[in-house]
Amino acid sequence: MTTTAPPPTKPEPHRATGPVTRPGDRIFAGMARGSGIALLVVMAAIAAFLTVRAVHAISKDHGNFLTTFEWTPSLNPPVFGIAVLAYGTVVSAIIAMVIAVPIALGIALFITHYAPRRLGGPIAYVIDLLAAVPSIIYGLWGALFLVPHMRGLNLWLDDYLGWTVIFHKEDPNSAARSLFTVGILLAIMVLPIITNVSREVINQVPKMHQEAALALGATRWEVIRLSVLPFARSGIISASMLGLGRALGETMAVATVLSASPTLSAHILDPVGGTFSQNIVAKFGEADDFGRDALIASGLVLFLITLLVNGAARIIIQRRKEYSGANA
Amino acid sequence: MSDTVMDATPAAGRPAHTKLASRHLPRWSPLAIAAGAIVVAVAIGAGAGLSSHIQWGLIALLLFVGGSYAITAQVEGRRQAKDRVATSLVWSSFILAVIPLYSLVETTIKKGAGVIDGTFLTHSMNNVLTLQPGGGVYHAIIGTLEQVGIAAVIATPIGLLTAVYLVEYGKGRLAKWVTFFVDVMTGVPSIVAGLFILSIWFVLLDKAPANGFAGSLALAILMLPVVVRSTEEMLKLVPNELREASLALGVPKWRTIVKVVVPTSIGGITTGVMLAVARIAGESAPIALLVFGSNVINTDPFHDPQSSLPYYIYEQYKNGNEPSYARAWGAALVLIAFVMILNLVARAIARWKAPKHQ
Amino acid sequence: MAKRIDVSGLSAYYTAHKAIDDISMTIEPGSVTAFIGPSGCGKSTFLRTLNRMHEVTPGGRVEGKVLLDDENLYGSGVDPVTVRRTVGMVFQRPNPFPTMSIYDNVAAGLKLNGIRKKGELDSIVEKSLKGANLWNEVKDRLNKPGSGLSGGQQQRLCIARAIAVEPEVLLMDEPCSALDPISTLAIEDLIGELKDRFTIVIVTHNMQQAARVSDRTAFFNLAAVGQPGKLIEIDDTERIFSNPSVQATEDYISGRFG
Repeated sequence: MTTTAPPPTKPEPHRATGPVTRPGDRIFAGMARGSGIALLVVMAAIAAFLTVRAVHAISKDHGNFLTTFEWTPSLNPPVFGIAVLAYGTVVSAIIAMVIAVPIALGIALFITHYAPRRLGGPIAYVIDLLAAVPSIIYGLWGALFLVPHMRGLNLWLDDYLGWTVIFHKEDPNSAARSLFTVGILLAIMVLPIITNVSREVINQVPKMHQEAALALGATRWEVIRLSVLPFARSGIISASMLGLGRALGETMAVATVLSASPTLSAHILDPVGGTFSQNIVAKFGEADDFGRDALIASGLVLFLITLLVNGAARIIIQRRKEYSGANA
Repeated sequence: MSDTVMDATPAAGRPAHTKLASRHLPRWSPLAIAAGAIVVAVAIGAGAGLSSHIQWGLIALLLFVGGSYAITAQVEGRRQAKDRVATSLVWSSFILAVIPLYSLVETTIKKGAGVIDGTFLTHSMNNVLTLQPGGGVYHAIIGTLEQVGIAAVIATPIGLLTAVYLVEYGKGRLAKWVTFFVDVMTGVPSIVAGLFILSIWFVLLDKAPANGFAGSLALAILMLPVVVRSTEEMLKLVPNELREASLALGVPKWRTIVKVVVPTSIGGITTGVMLAVARIAGESAPIALLVFGSNVINTDPFHDPQSSLPYYIYEQYKNGNEPSYARAWGAALVLIAFVMILNLVARAIARWKAPKHQ
Repeated sequence: MAKRIDVSGLSAYYTAHKAIDDISMTIEPGSVTAFIGPSGCGKSTFLRTLNRMHEVTPGGRVEGKVLLDDENLYGSGVDPVTVRRTVGMVFQRPNPFPTMSIYDNVAAGLKLNGIRKKGELDSIVEKSLKGANLWNEVKDRLNKPGSGLSGGQQQRLCIARAIAVEPEVLLMDEPCSALDPISTLAIEDLIGELKDRFTIVIVTHNMQQAARVSDRTAFFNLAAVGQPGKLIEIDDTERIFSNPSVQATEDYISGRFG
């Protein structure tokens, strides 16, 4: 029954359960294995069911599923497409990332390198807690507090940056229920998670590399540029990807803020557009069975997109492990 | 050998620093520059009649960063100026992030506190017109507790056993696949988890679900990977010497796991489960698809629609009138309090159990 | 080039704990001074006060004066960044920047000081690597990561990086403790070559090393665990090892404790 000094995390099971196996061991190992297998089976079944429904819906779509703007699966013949949704999802997520990543990095550096030492810990703790605030509350705050407060900024952007087309607002007096506001709200929502992961990565940068830079006569910023950021870069990228995954899939905060319409517009201040998850929640109530299948199809696309983003993040983390192992 | 090379180009790279002391800005200068920037920004904002305070803040920010650079470059030099700009950017990003996050918490507390009273906590929305004040969240609290409770009952044992499998038994292809799918599940948006369950109902029962249990299943899918991940981390922290000591005493492997490994890390595992519960307690998207929401008290999670706190907030918001908004804020405060208490207790357990490992 | 260091009444703290107490000594320019003493006697802490690295440690605080020629490192208006550019340091474990090539490692300090011209950088990098007796081993792979070198080579790379910015003083904190005997010998030879150009201060656990490389040796000791470290005596290395004036020094050198 003794295993000979296995590596720390993985004691060898099979050698231990060699020829003589106790019933207790067999049952317990079976339960543990069974849970793992159950997890796989559930995931596989779900993926299969989802695909079946989605294919069913898409095969009856009389529009082009990828390029159609409208979402009218209840019409006869049904016409629906994800063009507006994909555009809105991606644009709002990009806005969120452009705003959130630098700020989150700033806060992470603030906690690790700039804040008075006594403050750093509590601030990190509070930001940790903020990551747990439910998204519907961000949505409520966004719709009832942020939207009215965005008015001035919108007008100002339209006045001075309207010529860039992006910041042009068709009707300057319309409410700020736009992709831009959604992007800002998503940025605020993903800030805590990006900050936390980046902070953990930055904390792992070995002291000795930072001292090397200090001893060369580097200022604090130069220490960060020379030894902190290069070391933490891949970790920060994957933190951002995790945040991006959240922003892409966020439902309620978008559903409460955005004034949706099947319009694909380059003007991000206009209250038009939609996102995958917002569309699902908004259209679900009045959808018939076929309409729900259509929504499942759009959900499958969202799932694939988040899968790609998260997969990319994992690959980056994996590379980083190999890389830092080589230098240990 | 190197001496000749040295002497060939004496002191080529030596910077001209004979003096250590250099001109310095006083310690209070960042504060002074910040104050100056704010004053000027307010003057510009008020003068130009800019209505949004966000703009005032942005102008102040630009003035602060630019001013820091210019003044420091004049007095201390370019490198110090860059350092100063980095410092002011880092500080600004912190303050920039604090403002909305603080406002979120402050608004919720301010608007929610006035709504919450005995009636609000003990009454449902039955027979309450949305345009009227009154009514409460009792049915939503019941719904949340039941749905989250069932989800936890499903996800916790499977999650624990899966983690035990991965750490104590997992080798070979199956373990790799399980790890991969746990990763996949971690990234599943909550709305997609709702669609997952919906499609199961469609395929197996050919109808849409409308009960708390379906919601629980979706929440369990969201909770499972979190439990697996955190439990895995905790089990990995258990030193191998402990396992070997137990095995060497002739204790079977499964009893070693149940009696030695899991109890050693039970604090951390509990924390992980509680944080996962806190996370799913705030999920509303799957509830919208699977549970539908309800205005009345329904204590049976297996039949008929139920409400839940996060979905209640969404419903009240959609009503679009002041009394409903007030109820939404009240429910938001209840929900935040619930989630925060779970978080604080979970972290307290982690902190209380942690030193024993070291 | 090399400068004299005059320390008077220097004490260093970690928050409330006093790590070294009231140290005064003079370190001559262009010489090698070794600090020896038992673990915890504060010799590394003292070394780190000589380029203001001590205050980087959380709670680190210093009292007293360190004069570099005639300027006090701890005087008002002195920027620690400037101090560290003037007083270079090599650490216990080799710490080249892991993401940078060999070339970029050596050039890192120069770029900070605003030297950007390719030709100038090239010549200083070559000169510094030659100065660190590393040039012949790496000249064909300057663009390879510095972390791919052996431990001894990495440490010489760190020395090259430190001398590239032409400091006045070079501090070495047990530079050989992580190295094998052959790499150690290479570093010791290098120290002998570098001392004409820099004032070198080296902390070492290895008494034979102190005897081999240094002109003067300072012995540090502490009364008991938890007590601050003190300078017991500083003298010519030969004298310290043959005929020290304090009994504790002799006890330590002859291996009776430590």
